[in-house]
Amino acid sequence: MKGNEALAEAAIRAGCKCFFGYPITPQTELSAYMAKRMHKEGGVFLQAESEIAAINMVLGAASTGVRAMTSSSSPGISLKSEGISYIAGSDVPAVIINVQRGGPGLGGIQPSQADYWQATKALGHGDFQLLVYAPCSVQEMVDMVVKAFDTADKYRMPAMILADGLLGQMMEPVQFPEIKANSIDKSSWAANGHGNKREHHIINSLYINATDLEEQVIERYKRYDIIKETETDAELYLTEDADIVVCAYGATARVVKSAVNTARAEGVKVGMFRPKTLWPFPVKELNQASQKASKLLCVEMSMGQMIDDVKLAINCSKPVSFFGRTGGVIPTPDEVLEQIKSL
Amino acid sequence: MKYDILLAGFGGQGILFAGKLLAYCALIDGKELSWLPSYGPEMRGGTCNCSVCISDEPIGSPLVLTPDLLIALNQPSYDKFIGSVRKGGMAFVDSTLVDATVETPDIQCFYVPATQMETDANLPKAANIILLGKLLKETGMFSDEVIRKGLEKLIPPKRAHLIDNNLRAIGMGMNV
Repeated sequence: MKGNEALAEAAIRAGCKCFFGYPITPQTELSAYMAKRMHKEGGVFLQAESEIAAINMVLGAASTGVRAMTSSSSPGISLKSEGISYIAGSDVPAVIINVQRGGPGLGGIQPSQADYWQATKALGHGDFQLLVYAPCSVQEMVDMVVKAFDTADKYRMPAMILADGLLGQMMEPVQFPEIKANSIDKSSWAANGHGNKREHHIINSLYINATDLEEQVIERYKRYDIIKETETDAELYLTEDADIVVCAYGATARVVKSAVNTARAEGVKVGMFRPKTLWPFPVKELNQASQKASKLLCVEMSMGQMIDDVKLAINCSKPVSFFGRTGGVIPTPDEVLEQIKSL
Repeated sequence: MKYDILLAGFGGQGILFAGKLLAYCALIDGKELSWLPSYGPEMRGGTCNCSVCISDEPIGSPLVLTPDLLIALNQPSYDKFIGSVRKGGMAFVDSTLVDATVETPDIQCFYVPATQMETDANLPKAANIILLGKLLKETGMFSDEVIRKGLEKLIPPKRAHLIDNNLRAIGMGMNV
């Protein structure tokens, strides 16, 4: 199954009832799959008039307590950023998928990871965070969509799957896990109609009184603190004795793994650290992975964005070098191997 | 078993289809696999290619830059990729459409007049599968049983009549 289709099928199985989208390469198969399937599943598929309309439809649908999702690629995600900020400010759970392509501007249509900063630091105005999951295989795309819906519901906040064109377009074998019924009770906040049997539920992100807003934001950050403690996830690959730890996520991590295997076969003590959650960043896991390492290398399909979080996580205690290709160019295992050897 | 395979030709020659057939055969055979198409503007009438990785181990990078096996269905693809085939690898070239211009001492190169053969056999659009038949024969990658099941999985039931045509094309390729 193609990555884009797997994302869609997983969302349907996770109980997504509303999908609002707008086509853009390289994620269009996702929308097409939803168009084909959603009405048969008793859900709603709607191609909106723009990305901005689509994200605001997500806000509306999610406010009623149903599972709602939208997807796009880099330029489209920028358009959605206002709506995403409103979703965060309204404490509404939703899932947003970004199948990244090269930027800035319209950029290109080939795979990229240049939206790392946007996803983890600044996806819209205001004090807020999103849960950000970074799959590296079609199987993980499935697993992480389910996880994203559950975790978004649990903490009442938006979650993003940060994939890229390579993962979206590639086919791999995939198994759909038995998905447990969503047991999260939304009856205390969902604006889903009540026939005057209870008080109104109001979904709102406007707080004119500064101290009221501060209180809301602080409450949200208390949730973020719990998330940072409990929701991090990472893969540590051959790091126990590694002198060099290569940090990479998503499709790039596949390339890095090939390079690490070749380097190991040549006797180089190298391992890989792959964050599966980009926010919260797996700080503890990275420190564990790099315990024996004397240096780190960060490889990305960008000019260097995750490297900032890598340096912060280890408190700049070790040298971190960088290798990246950008604009839609995918690094090769040979290039990464050369970088490893040059350290 | 580990094969990095690159299939290349014009859009419309069934490059992605042939790649998918390999992928489905690998799936049925219980192998690890990945299939990655080129999805750039070159798909609109220009050249198109797809990477297929098949292995006993999990697949690292799904992008094939130095193939073990190459199928080239047009001149631009031949010119672009023939030099990238790994030493000891094999290339399968449609000699109706490609002038062999390159010496390839380090690889085995099979020139099959696949487009001519499809015309002669009245099997339109089968050149891709004829070449794939040759590839399957030379590598012995999958059993006949797996190939048939792969086709059955790939071709939707309403087009089931095409399964036999494809099997015929594979047979033609194998017997070249």
